[in-house]
Amino acid sequence: MADLTQHPGRVNDIQASYMAQVGRKRLYSGITMLVFVLLMISGFNLASSRNGGSFWGGIDNFFDYPSEVVAEAASKAAEMPAHFATYFPALLETVNIAAVATLIGALMAIVLSLLSTRGLARFPRLIGLFRRVMDITRAVPEIVVALILIFVLGGGPVPAMIAIAIHTAGALGKLFSEVNENASLKPLEGLESVGANWTQRMLLGVVPQVAPNWLSYALLRFEINIRASAILGFVGAGGLGYELKVAIQWGQGRFDEAGAMFIMLFLTIVFFDQISSHYRDKLVHGAKGKE
Amino acid sequence: MLRIENLTKRFGSNSAVDNVSFTVDKPMMIGVIGASGAGKSTMLRMLNRLNDATEGSIFFNDHDVTRLQGKAKREWQSECAMIFQQFNLVPRMDVVSNVLHGTLNKRGTLATLFNLYPTEDIHKAIEILDRLGIAEHAPKRAEALSGGQQQRVAIARALMQDPQIILADEPIASLDPMNAQIVMEALRRIHEEDGRMVIANLHTLDTARRYCDRVIGMRQGRVVFDGTPEQLTTGVARDIYGAGAGFSEAATSTEIEALNTPEAVPA
Repeated sequence: MADLTQHPGRVNDIQASYMAQVGRKRLYSGITMLVFVLLMISGFNLASSRNGGSFWGGIDNFFDYPSEVVAEAASKAAEMPAHFATYFPALLETVNIAAVATLIGALMAIVLSLLSTRGLARFPRLIGLFRRVMDITRAVPEIVVALILIFVLGGGPVPAMIAIAIHTAGALGKLFSEVNENASLKPLEGLESVGANWTQRMLLGVVPQVAPNWLSYALLRFEINIRASAILGFVGAGGLGYELKVAIQWGQGRFDEAGAMFIMLFLTIVFFDQISSHYRDKLVHGAKGKE
Repeated sequence: MLRIENLTKRFGSNSAVDNVSFTVDKPMMIGVIGASGAGKSTMLRMLNRLNDATEGSIFFNDHDVTRLQGKAKREWQSECAMIFQQFNLVPRMDVVSNVLHGTLNKRGTLATLFNLYPTEDIHKAIEILDRLGIAEHAPKRAEALSGGQQQRVAIARALMQDPQIILADEPIASLDPMNAQIVMEALRRIHEEDGRMVIANLHTLDTARRYCDRVIGMRQGRVVFDGTPEQLTTGVARDIYGAGAGFSEAATSTEIEALNTPEAVPA
């Protein structure tokens, strides 16, 4: 062996310096743990003191509402299939809003992400600007955008769609640009060497590398958007959310309908989750097969 | 000591390892040779229980380890260390932590999560690194080391396990000739000084001949040669690799000494 010379003194030095390093690391992780625990305790106490009621006093009643919903829905189980049929069009509207919003938002996100990734950006000086644009679209809650648009355009699915698309553009844009950062620049250099313009380099050099990850983030966002579009129904954007808002109020005796809607929402999410994982697998394994 | 009986591994309709049997009576250094896809890796992985055997059994000290499960299986794995071609270290952790991973089977999950290894273990890890000549790299991240150094870290992790057997799956296939020699000499020294059994998959005949006490040749999942390095003639090697008369091992030799033999120089 090249360096087999044994120096007991040298080994002791290395051991001592490594032990000092370990001691420092343990101290840091101990302090981190302590800060974490203290933050948890103080955060909980703050939230509890700002709360209108008492957390420990109210926790006993936590399950009262769901149990009443379940009990009432169970007692009218026979009417469930009829409710499914009644609310199916509303569900379609909700899914429709989510799908269009995801599509438009993802297209905006692709443009924004390519413009704000270091190494890829068309205008490197404007990276900061495009990042701030995405920050703004993420910072404004979609329900606020929807309320403003409903005021301007009147109630209906279009304001909800626009509101969700804006939020999606910012949220997906950030995720997409992180994916773009991991793309190899070598194919881009190859395309640049043949005289391709920026759009050609992006579409032919970057997109094939990042498409599977983009798709998987977009499908996850679609699931989130189904839920978001159901919530926007509460403020008058139509779809299943509006029906849910009417049915879910206490004391109307319509919990069976609310239960039916919850089940439909759950099944929809499961359905799209299954579809998305199936196609994601196909895309990823297809890419592997080509290598 | 180690007894393998009719060991078979099938993937679908192909047999990767086909009815392999052999016995090892005392700790020795064994080289397993054969072409790519001959089943060398699969056999080693079954010994370590990374893969399950389809049929057959592995006995160690008359104790069947083929069907162990759960804790007993992990205990066997800690007794039978594995060294991989691509080192399989955790790249972002420092060298000593990687070596200390050799003790994971003996320590509790929570203590290892918070990196709370006993001081004597840490000292022992650095002593092992020193024995392999890389103690000065102890605090560096594993990914900062060269391939030969990383493989020695992997050997240190194996030694930290204090195992009965060390399995090495193509330990020098990703290394340059100088580092390959350092790693093979380290494995040989571990066998001679500690008396541990070493089983290494090798892809060069001269390495097997030079460092091993016994050579097992595999072809298409079967053992086609089992003998001493002296019995491993060029004719036998042609059989093992299914090669024609044009086969000359010096043409691809990675041994530095092979440069001095006349056949290595292309005519």
